[in-house]
Amino acid sequence: MAKTTQELKQTVLHGAHLARGARMTPFAGYDMPVQYKQGVLAEHRWTREHAGLFDVSHMGPSFLVLRERTGDAEADHAAVAALVEPLLSADIAGLKPGQNRYSVLLNEAGGILDDLMVGRPHCPTHAGALYIVVNADTKEADFALIAEAAQGRADLQRADAAGLIALQGPEAHAVLADQLPELPDLGFMQFRGVDTLFGNLTVSRSGYTGEDGYEILVAPEYAAALWEALLSDARVKPIGLGARDSLRLEAGLPLYGHDMDADTSPFEASLGFAVSKKRLKAGQMRGAARLQDELARSPKRVRVGLFVEGAPAREGAEIADANGAAIGRVTSGGPSPTLGRNIAMGYVPADHAQPGTRLQVVVRGRAQLAEVAAMPFVAQRYVRKGGL
Amino acid sequence: MRFTKDHEWLEPAEDGTVTVGITAYAAEQLGDVVFVELPEVGKTVKAGEGLAVVESVKAASDVYAPVDGEVVAVNDGLPDGPETVNADPEGGAWFAKIKVADPSKLDGLMDRAAYEDYLRSL
Repeated sequence: MAKTTQELKQTVLHGAHLARGARMTPFAGYDMPVQYKQGVLAEHRWTREHAGLFDVSHMGPSFLVLRERTGDAEADHAAVAALVEPLLSADIAGLKPGQNRYSVLLNEAGGILDDLMVGRPHCPTHAGALYIVVNADTKEADFALIAEAAQGRADLQRADAAGLIALQGPEAHAVLADQLPELPDLGFMQFRGVDTLFGNLTVSRSGYTGEDGYEILVAPEYAAALWEALLSDARVKPIGLGARDSLRLEAGLPLYGHDMDADTSPFEASLGFAVSKKRLKAGQMRGAARLQDELARSPKRVRVGLFVEGAPAREGAEIADANGAAIGRVTSGGPSPTLGRNIAMGYVPADHAQPGTRLQVVVRGRAQLAEVAAMPFVAQRYVRKGGL
Repeated sequence: MRFTKDHEWLEPAEDGTVTVGITAYAAEQLGDVVFVELPEVGKTVKAGEGLAVVESVKAASDVYAPVDGEVVAVNDGLPDGPETVNADPEGGAWFAKIKVADPSKLDGLMDRAAYEDYLRSL
C-alpha cells in the first residue's frame, strides 16, 4: 500500500485531508479521501440533511478558448461550439450565457467515451470560450480528443492543477451566501466567474449528489483557504468518495466506467435527455445511424434502477428474469442509507424495464428477489431558476 | 483470546468450541457494516474458507473460518443489527461458534500481544 501511494497524484487539498484524519484510497490515479472520521453512513446522511464538502480536484476542469475572436459574442460562441459539437451529444451552440449543460462524449459507433459538463461563460468579454469538466479517469484521452477537434483554432487550457470543490446539500446555498456574498443568485446548471477573497472563482450551481449545491473551481494558491473557510461553518462537514458514490447512486446518476462505457449509447444509458434531437435528426453526431435507430425504436437494453431484497447486489452481479434466465448485469449497487434498503443500477432488455417488473439478482450464487424501480431512488432537490 | 492474520478472533471454551468474530481493527477498516450473512448451523468449515460475509456501504468482505470444524451456533441477532460489528466487534458481535476438529491447531494462532505486534508491522 505504502509503495503505490507514493506513485499516486495528489490534489491541492491532499494535506487538508490528512490533517482531518481522512482514510485515503487510490482513485483514478490520485490518493483520495474515501471517508473521514465520521464514516460513510454519517457523511451520506449529513449531506442529505446539511451540507457536505467534497474534494473533486482529481476531475478535469478546462477552458477551450477560441484563438481569433471577432468581438461578436454570438458569433464567437457559435464558432467555438462548432469545434466541439461533432464530439458531443448535446446542443452546445444553443447554450445561453452562464449556462452549463450535461453531455456525453461519443465515439464513432455512438458509444460513450465520457460524460461531462460544458458551459458558456456569462460575461460577453469571455465569449468564444467553453468551460468543460470531464471525469478523472478519462481526462487525458478526453483532452486529447477535444484539442484535436479544435484544429488549432482554439486552445484547450487545462485547469486540473487547481482545486475543484463541491458543496452539496440543503444548506449549501445558505452557507455559500454567507461565505461568498459576491456570488450572484444562480439557478441549477448556471455558473459565473466571480472575484472573491479567494481569487477568481468559477462557481456552478450543480453537483452529483441529487442535492442542491455548488461546484467551485479555485486557483491552487487559494484552494486550501477556501476549503477551510467553508469547513469553519458548523453546517459543513468534509465528505469522502464513499458517500459521494452512495449519494449519486440514490440520485440515479450513472458513473462512467461502471454504469456506462464505450459500448453503451446514451439511449441505452437512459441519458436521452443529453442528446440534442435536432442535431441527431440532422445526422450531425458521431454514431448518428445507431442513435437515430435507437431514438426511433428504443434500444435493445436499457439502464434501470432496481430494489434488491436480501444482500446488496454489487457491480457485476447477474440479473435474471422471474424464471431465472440471465438477462443482464448490475453495474452499481449497494445499500441506500436514505431508504434503508438495497438499491442497484443495471442493464436489462427494454421489455423488462418497466418499473414494478419482478426480476432476480444473483449474489454469491443465490438468486434474490429484485424489482425494477423508477429513478432517482431519492428525489433530486435541484433549485431551478430563470428559463433554463 | 486468539487471533489470525485475517483479523478474526477466537475465544476457546471448555467444551471444545470456539466463538469467532472479527477484531476491532478489522471492523474499523471495514467502516460502517450494513449487512451480515451467517453460515447455517451444522455447516462443516475448513480453515481459510469463507465462514460469513460482512458488507459495508462500499463492498462485501469474507470472514474466514480460522480453524477446521463444524458450526454449532450463530449469532442470530447480528443480521438485524449489523452496526454491532462496529460498536462491539470483540464482544457482542460474535459471528459463530465452531466445534474445533483439532484443538491442537489453536496453539499455532497468535495471542493478543503477538497480534498487536502483527498490526504494528502492517
